[in-house]
Amino acid sequence: MPGSMIHIEGLVKRYGTTEALKGLSFEVPRGQVVGFLGPNGAGKSTTMKILAGSLRPTSGRALVAGLDVQEDPVAARRRIGYLPENNPLYEDMMVVEYLRFIAEVRGVPPAERRAKLQRAVESCGLGQVIGKDIGQLSRGFRQRVGLAQAILHDPDLLILDEPTAGLDPNQIVEIRSLIRELGREKTVILSTHILSEVQTTCSRVLIINDGRLVADDTPEHLTQASEGGGALHVVVAARHGQLLEVSRVRDVLAGMPGVTGVEQADADGPGTFGFEVRFGNEDVRRTLFDVVVQNDLVLLEVRRTQASLEDTFRKLTMDPRRAA
Amino acid sequence: MNGAIAIARREFKTFFNSPIAYIVLGGFLLLAGWLFFSTLFLAGQASLRGFFGLAPVLFVVLVPAITMRALAEERKSGTLELLLTLPVPDWQVALGKFFASLGMVAVGLACTLPYAFSVAVLTGPGPAFDWGPVVAGYLGLLLLASAFIGLGLWGSALSKNQIVGFIVGLVLCFAFYFVDKFAPLLPDALGQVLQFLSVDYHFENIARGVIDTRDLVFYLTLTVAGLLLTTQTVGGARQ
Repeated sequence: MPGSMIHIEGLVKRYGTTEALKGLSFEVPRGQVVGFLGPNGAGKSTTMKILAGSLRPTSGRALVAGLDVQEDPVAARRRIGYLPENNPLYEDMMVVEYLRFIAEVRGVPPAERRAKLQRAVESCGLGQVIGKDIGQLSRGFRQRVGLAQAILHDPDLLILDEPTAGLDPNQIVEIRSLIRELGREKTVILSTHILSEVQTTCSRVLIINDGRLVADDTPEHLTQASEGGGALHVVVAARHGQLLEVSRVRDVLAGMPGVTGVEQADADGPGTFGFEVRFGNEDVRRTLFDVVVQNDLVLLEVRRTQASLEDTFRKLTMDPRRAA
Repeated sequence: MNGAIAIARREFKTFFNSPIAYIVLGGFLLLAGWLFFSTLFLAGQASLRGFFGLAPVLFVVLVPAITMRALAEERKSGTLELLLTLPVPDWQVALGKFFASLGMVAVGLACTLPYAFSVAVLTGPGPAFDWGPVVAGYLGLLLLASAFIGLGLWGSALSKNQIVGFIVGLVLCFAFYFVDKFAPLLPDALGQVLQFLSVDYHFENIARGVIDTRDLVFYLTLTVAGLLLTTQTVGGARQ
């Protein structure tokens, strides 16, 4: 499809006898920030490496901005900024030397080098370490050098393989906001297994499992789609301080019409019980209120809960043999 | 070519950041110095024949020691992935590494120039010191080094272990040095073939001051072959 930034079609990658990708296909239009999710070994890095040009697919096609990464590798790579999984860097170079080298080797015209270097250094917050050896930098700064290297030549497509791996929470927040910033003008595909990262930075989620695409949607949809109906978080207590048995309360809740399942959840303190009540298409909140009163209980809290992306992820990527 | 030049420049700079560079070059200069002056003092002759006679053997060790790191280190530290994703064709990666290594050899050779000058100065009255063979000798050594660098780079590209790179390079360079050493004992036809394959034989031709296209073609072919193998092996990392 013309106009799309990434076009992947029937991608297969075999390492010896193991098949890492089993016919993966997807499309990413220009300007989207896509989260690439999947358990370890699902084929995320393999896909990204094929796009970036450091791996050859066994079969299938991958196009970047309409350029086949196999047939037109140099032109395709020119459009890409890539942060590899463990962010390899030349340890014995200074940050500024390294970035200068990247600018030079990526063919940034000498007249623009200074400005582009400065922009990359600023947007990645590297000003204070520019004269240090890369080998001396902390993990967070190394990651930023990797990002600076990826955005230096102003590529159309950014491929970021686990950009926040190994960072502390503050650094994660910084890198995420940087990615969001970059996502305003560029197409970004980032892999992660931190699901909240996807919710905060991406407008679309691709979940792959065992070399195949298993979900492709917005994060909002994915958090809803896994549940038919909905779920309530309910906290109850006894009205007059008498002793309560969990199993009795659970039976009461489970006995309500429309309820499909009850699970014990976090309570609110001693003497209270929390439950996760799932229901089908029928809204059970009114019945719940009546039932609680009839059984001499007090309702302390009712809250609609959303299925988390974690649930969706687990459901979609769980090995059925292991789940059984 | 921008890619190759940038890679060469980076590699050249990095080389002089590492202590190995100084150990290798220091060792080379020490041995070269001994070769220069041994003929002078032992034989009482102001000639560089001693040096140029044994320089090829020296290069069998020196060149792989210079090239061993070039690609093995990239593979080991993971930066090879970076090189593979740059908008630079693989042959330019190989060529960049080649130019950097040749630059290092040239630095080593440049450091031996004072030896040559001292020998020239020590020439007694009488016939003037003949610079022709010296210039030809240095040119020959650069050509020989080019061929060895091609082989050494391929050795270095094969694994992520520098020592493996060194040994493979050493064995290959030695093979091309040693190949004609038994030629006189063999039938003429075979002997001539082996002689043509020998880097030493072609070097002797050039060091005599005769620059023949056959010798140039030989070195060029061997260099290109080594670089093609290196390119192939670097690209093979995409498997």
